[in-house]
Amino acid sequence: MLDVIVSVLTRAIIAGTPLLLATLGEIVTERAGILNLGMEGLMSTGAVTAFIVTFTTGNPWLGLLAAVLVGMLLSSLHGFVCIGLRANQVVSGLALTMLGLGISGLWGKPYIGRPLPIRMSRINIPGLSDMPVLGSILFNHNWYVYLSVLIGIVIWFVVKHTSWGITLRSVGENPRAAEAQGIAVNRVKHLAVLVGGGLAGMAGAFLSTAYSGSWNEGMVAGRGWIVIALTIFALWQPAMAFVGAYLFGGIFVLQYMLQPLGISPNILAMLPYLSTLVVLFIYGLTKSGQRRMNAPATLGEPYVRGER
Amino acid sequence: MQIDLIPRQRGSAALNLVILVGSLLAGLVAVSVVFALNGVNPAVAIFSIFRGSFGSWYGIKETVTKSIPLILIGSGLAMAYKAKFWNIGAESQLLVGAVFATFIGLRFGSLPGLVLVPMMFLAAFVGGALWGMVPAVLKIRFGINEVISTLMLNYIAAEFVKFLVVGPWKGATKGGYPYTDDMPAQAILRQLPYSRISPILLVLAVVGALVLGWLVYRSRFGYEIRVIGENTHAARYSGINFFRTSVLLMAISGGMAGLAGAGELLSIHHYLSYPETISAGYGFTAIIVAWLARLNPAYTIVSGLFFAGIIVGGDAIQISMGMPAATVNVFNGLILVFLIMGDFFISHQVRIRAGRSVHA
Amino acid sequence: MNRIQSLEMRGISKSFLDVHANQDIDLTIRSGEILGLLGENGAGKTTLMNILYGLYNPDDGEILVNGTPVRLKNPKDSMNAGIGMIHQHFMLVDKHSVLENIALGYEEAPFFFPQRALRRRIRELSAQYGLDVDPDKPVWELSAGEQQRVEIVKALSRNADLLIMDEPTSVLTPQEADELFDILRRMCSEGHSVILISHKLDEIMDICHRVMVLRKGRVTGEAPIEDVNKGRLAEMMIGRQIATAYAKADIEPGETVLEVKRLDVDSDRGLPAVRGLSLDVHASEILGIAGVSGNGQQELVETITGLRSPLAGTILMHGKPLDHADARQAHRLGITHVPEERIKYGIVPNLLLYENSVLKRHRDAPFSNWIQMNYGVIRTHAGNLVNGFQVDTPSVNVKVKNLSGGNIQKLILGREISGGPDLLIAAHPTYGLDVGATEYVRRQLIKLRDQGGAVLLVSEDLDELFMVCDRIAVMFEGHFMGEVDPESCTVEEIGLMMAGSVRQEA
Repeated sequence: MLDVIVSVLTRAIIAGTPLLLATLGEIVTERAGILNLGMEGLMSTGAVTAFIVTFTTGNPWLGLLAAVLVGMLLSSLHGFVCIGLRANQVVSGLALTMLGLGISGLWGKPYIGRPLPIRMSRINIPGLSDMPVLGSILFNHNWYVYLSVLIGIVIWFVVKHTSWGITLRSVGENPRAAEAQGIAVNRVKHLAVLVGGGLAGMAGAFLSTAYSGSWNEGMVAGRGWIVIALTIFALWQPAMAFVGAYLFGGIFVLQYMLQPLGISPNILAMLPYLSTLVVLFIYGLTKSGQRRMNAPATLGEPYVRGER
Repeated sequence: MQIDLIPRQRGSAALNLVILVGSLLAGLVAVSVVFALNGVNPAVAIFSIFRGSFGSWYGIKETVTKSIPLILIGSGLAMAYKAKFWNIGAESQLLVGAVFATFIGLRFGSLPGLVLVPMMFLAAFVGGALWGMVPAVLKIRFGINEVISTLMLNYIAAEFVKFLVVGPWKGATKGGYPYTDDMPAQAILRQLPYSRISPILLVLAVVGALVLGWLVYRSRFGYEIRVIGENTHAARYSGINFFRTSVLLMAISGGMAGLAGAGELLSIHHYLSYPETISAGYGFTAIIVAWLARLNPAYTIVSGLFFAGIIVGGDAIQISMGMPAATVNVFNGLILVFLIMGDFFISHQVRIRAGRSVHA
Repeated sequence: MNRIQSLEMRGISKSFLDVHANQDIDLTIRSGEILGLLGENGAGKTTLMNILYGLYNPDDGEILVNGTPVRLKNPKDSMNAGIGMIHQHFMLVDKHSVLENIALGYEEAPFFFPQRALRRRIRELSAQYGLDVDPDKPVWELSAGEQQRVEIVKALSRNADLLIMDEPTSVLTPQEADELFDILRRMCSEGHSVILISHKLDEIMDICHRVMVLRKGRVTGEAPIEDVNKGRLAEMMIGRQIATAYAKADIEPGETVLEVKRLDVDSDRGLPAVRGLSLDVHASEILGIAGVSGNGQQELVETITGLRSPLAGTILMHGKPLDHADARQAHRLGITHVPEERIKYGIVPNLLLYENSVLKRHRDAPFSNWIQMNYGVIRTHAGNLVNGFQVDTPSVNVKVKNLSGGNIQKLILGREISGGPDLLIAAHPTYGLDVGATEYVRRQLIKLRDQGGAVLLVSEDLDELFMVCDRIAVMFEGHFMGEVDPESCTVEEIGLMMAGSVRQEA
């Protein structure tokens, strides 16, 4: 019994890691007021890029770096279209998804079914990983898990406790107020988009070079859309992203665990999406809930300078 | 040097058409670049795509076949987007429509075809409509963004279908596969010889697109939709009822997708199976179909054929050139991006001049 | 940092497309001074101050601080020069705390934990000027007066020496306004200077040392406060010439068409906008509502036209009540409306002219029946409107956003009037229109009245009110200050009432 719990928790953390990374990225982007629905495509390109580079160079860290760069590059297109051309952010994000899925399919074709000789390594934290129970759950993961936690903490800290964070959040809530203080609103938005794209790429890199060690079209399997939902579930707060990501990671794992109990895995698989709707619904019932559920005030709206 | 973006005062149909074609061409150029960078000869690839879809009778027939669901769904989406209701849930509205139709098929399989088929289509419409109304209610009454709610409902419906086909509806005749039993024979739609085109469906799609076009541009309901989409303040000023209009709108949009679901069920697959097989990404491709049609439901007939051609052509080069299926996505994504960029030039003039900006 | 001993704006001009917002304006202010900037909406006050704050570049002219010319290319430059601005609509992030709002863009704040370092600074400033703010409260929980204090602290923390305040008391209660003035006086005694934009004469007389009046983009007067009185100021603000009235049919007002009793309405921010207001409009009569924008007229009009729900009071149209916000019911009762922001509310810019010609009436026969729109009938109707109301357009098939402002207004007016309505509510109908269109609109209002219609005209333009109305009620801070007869009232009298200083028994 204990073994089962340990196994589930461990795997939940692993499964939640890509969700965590990408959700953190989307939170940063959305708090600057930009909606990026291209996550699925960005994660996919990240995955294929990391796989190819790792496969070719034998170094998963280079793969990670390449994935981040490609993610940033691709998302900059979305930034240009949405910020520079003030286009419809919903449609642009969908286009980005299609583009990302397409490009990754194209690039990945020669690599389908070829296993990665070297994957991102696991580390055993000396001493701690020998602890009973907790040792396996927490201290025996691969680098991505710890990196994601570290990045999460950094982002949480920056958003909440630094002047950059105040600037970012204000740009998304009231860009005029930011502009009146001399802040270059569009530049902040562009940067936020890049951060989101980079983290999405990293999430994809995890999937291909640590989680599965292979490449397949469609391996992102809808995680990108879950990230969009998780961003709302987390109420756009980095700290809550941890909760949401590991929770939903757990649901992915539980899906298979509970199967022998006769609960249909499909009903279980609905859980992440149902819970998002339920949470939003509950938030929507009360006035104070609606206020908390409020996305950054200008999310999705193109910003035009200086007009009244 | 200063780049000024000035909202355009006058537009013209000719200018719009030029920009539209220009966007498509720019998209094609971009696609060529992507192909070239991947070691694929772009000219060959693009030529093969179009030859695959329009260059042979087989190709044309397949294109028409695949255009039917695109037209059905696309016209419904065009109408919804006209009101700026971002329905991303057509995949699931299609599925729920198929589910409702399957239910009728499994339960009332003894009825004669003349009764059964209309019943199934009606059920499909109702199913899709109900599933489409949910996000409308969630938006107006609870303030839940329709992009999120329709996306979530996509997954919920997909899982529900999976549940049905591996569980309660698993067919006895299907050798343990996650398929339902075949739909009653009298309900299967006849197809044109040597093709997979069902004339009933084709007529339904074309008529449906035209009807929706009529609705949007000639009916009172359509008038209200367009006012809501273009200026919500004026819509309030003029006393339009947001709730009723949005719910009705999504009922129709979802219902059309539901019809597509019934069509796929009764014409192509003949039994309900895994969601990806049934919906085949039509719900997403239809978004671009609607956008390319400039949100005019009637034009989706043309844009639907165009994109069906891309899908079929994409399948073709998958076989002939070994390109992965996802290549079509590159096409779709890039064209959509350039269409959006083209939209910008339709509504803005770009002037480059020396000097200071208007703003500080 | 050097303090601002004197600041001068010389020859400032600024145009937006063809609107001359500022024309050749000179302004001087010295340390310790409160300068009042007086004028109606659209006079150019906010534009001028936005230039000073670096949000706009002037087309012409220069700005000198302590005798040295400065280039203010953005708000940062202005802040570095010691200029701070508090806008009429606060530039605060509602969801954030006071601390975070003050920390926004604050360059001297440390990167890590900026909030903490600011606490002390805020406490200092609060003590120095009596500005009580709770640093940890989220802004949306604060009252308007408290929010304003946050804005002031924010500006002062940037070492603002000159403070520009745009209509600061428009959101304050009288007590809060008094508190604000105490704070301003204290600041001036410490060497700060203030430019106070206002349209309220009492305020200007109360606190300013000098006053400058703008009208239609130009300076129409400037003097130390001892040298002027409210009457003079009113004249300078509003202008002297009153054109002769238009010819009106000699009819007695008929039965009561619209009755409003003790109406209470709140604004979007939850502040009282209309309080205890009663009025009635009769057939064959034009009742004007005078007053500077922002005194509740918008909320009043929205309530009568069914776009806003009142807190209390009744509205009766031919004796039938309009119970709540239901624009369609208002329409059915026979209330028509030419809205204040014509492009935002009155038309759908991207739709065609003939489609706009039946906005609101689109559900009525003969324009539609059951499900179908009768575009043939609608096109004819649009053609009639275009001809009957002199709308200059190549055809009825153009997108309505391509028409000029004047023609859009004529279209809207025609649309509302053409049904021969019982009641027409026109809100600032000639704002921003050229002379010809203005003339035309006014004549149409009179024509409607002569034919038996009732008209409620809300306007800031006194000329217009005097020329067109049979009676004029003056609205200030949500209630009527009194009613005047345009034939016998003087500009001075009505100007004073508009600025809140005299109240007649209604």
